[in-house]
Amino acid sequence: MTTTPMIRMAAVDKHFGDLHVLRDINLEVATGQVVVVLGPSGSGKSTLCRTINRLEPIDSGTIEVDGEKLPEEGRALAALRADVGMVFQSFNLFAHKTILENVTLAPVKVRRTGRADAEKNGMALLERVGIANQRDKYPAQLSGGQQQRAAIARALAMRPKVMLFDEPTSALDPEMVNEVLDVMTTLAAEGMTMLVVTHEMGFARRAAHRVIFMADGEIVEDSTPDAFFSQPASDRAKDFLGKILTH
Amino acid sequence: MDALIQEFPLFWSGFLGTLRLALFAAVGSLVFGTLLASFRVSPLPPLRFVGLAWVTVFRNSPLVVVLFVFAFALPQVGIRFPTFNGNAFFWPGVAGLAAYTAAFVCEAVRAGINAVPPGQAEAARAVGLTFGQSLGTIVLPQALRSVVPPLGSVIIAMIKNSAIVGAFGVTGELFSVDGALSATGVYPALSILTGIAVCYLVITIPAGIGLNVLERRIEVKR
Repeated sequence: MTTTPMIRMAAVDKHFGDLHVLRDINLEVATGQVVVVLGPSGSGKSTLCRTINRLEPIDSGTIEVDGEKLPEEGRALAALRADVGMVFQSFNLFAHKTILENVTLAPVKVRRTGRADAEKNGMALLERVGIANQRDKYPAQLSGGQQQRAAIARALAMRPKVMLFDEPTSALDPEMVNEVLDVMTTLAAEGMTMLVVTHEMGFARRAAHRVIFMADGEIVEDSTPDAFFSQPASDRAKDFLGKILTH
Repeated sequence: MDALIQEFPLFWSGFLGTLRLALFAAVGSLVFGTLLASFRVSPLPPLRFVGLAWVTVFRNSPLVVVLFVFAFALPQVGIRFPTFNGNAFFWPGVAGLAAYTAAFVCEAVRAGINAVPPGQAEAARAVGLTFGQSLGTIVLPQALRSVVPPLGSVIIAMIKNSAIVGAFGVTGELFSVDGALSATGVYPALSILTGIAVCYLVITIPAGIGLNVLERRIEVKR
């Protein structure tokens, strides 16, 4: 196989002060692959996700997206981020813009798409995530699940090559988790390359091609969902699964 | 009271003079102060340094000294201001007042920027906006909403500070009315100064009311 991976991380290290949050991370994600990153809190999984579009700079190592090395701060980095969709735990919709404006802002400002085209495409995306009737509301007027679906539509509006999800359902009330996971499952089925940090084991089993298990800043296991959930190889993974699957 | 009625034209022109001075200085300080605030949060260290240096110098210097520098010291080193209706001190007065007030505007706006949740700027960067676009379209519009009250205080203080410009020679400004009338010896100082104070209130109180209206109008809709 000589095809370029969508994401490549090689020998990546990062510290937060004394805390060694990422230790020698080596990871390749192929185009079209759906990777779920699991691990106890503080294991570095969110940080890993955020280094891929350089919201967190790294201390050493290499990160490439679609064969292109992550640029330093500046216009080149902005251009790369435009191709990498990101969905946050706390939604982070632009609070002073309507839902439709949230979805059209970046296509107009970054891609220089005409407003009419951006709105047409934006409405199609809002339709797809099931909140087209909320187009003129402000984010604070929506439920958490609706906000997160709007945030997914905002990321998709840039037609990204890859989508990063940083615990997208962790801030949601339980009854709203599924409406967001459904959107993500559809996206996965359509062939989007995705890296998903989550605690949703059901989603991992159902939609992931591959499960990464992290602990203490290291990738401890890298396997298929079936293998990981039925026979985890490491004690740390057994311990983790034991804690979350018993109730 | 006699003084106010008989010398109404003088008070009126002083009122207009102060209004003009305050308007120019307010626009200048708001625009420049916001620019300084964006310097202070910029990723580029030289810009951050300029912002910090400006605030440090102008926030910590007496306004009288700043105004004298603009009116007398700068022309000596070759920086000359045009005259305004034959008045050589008008533009130096506006510039000095704006330069000084911009330091306070900058800090108020920066407080507003810091109050915008960091996720807003993160999301803006994540969709590919540059630093300038993120600041201009996402962060500043939200920051400015929360800084209308403190900015109002800064601007009202500036209107009152403009009296100092009159004291050093901008004629046709409210406070210079005192100099013009008390020199004649005809009117008691109390009535002249009361008249001047009332004229300031006529500017500052509506300014405060206007800011309250503005604040309600741009409130975040929920």
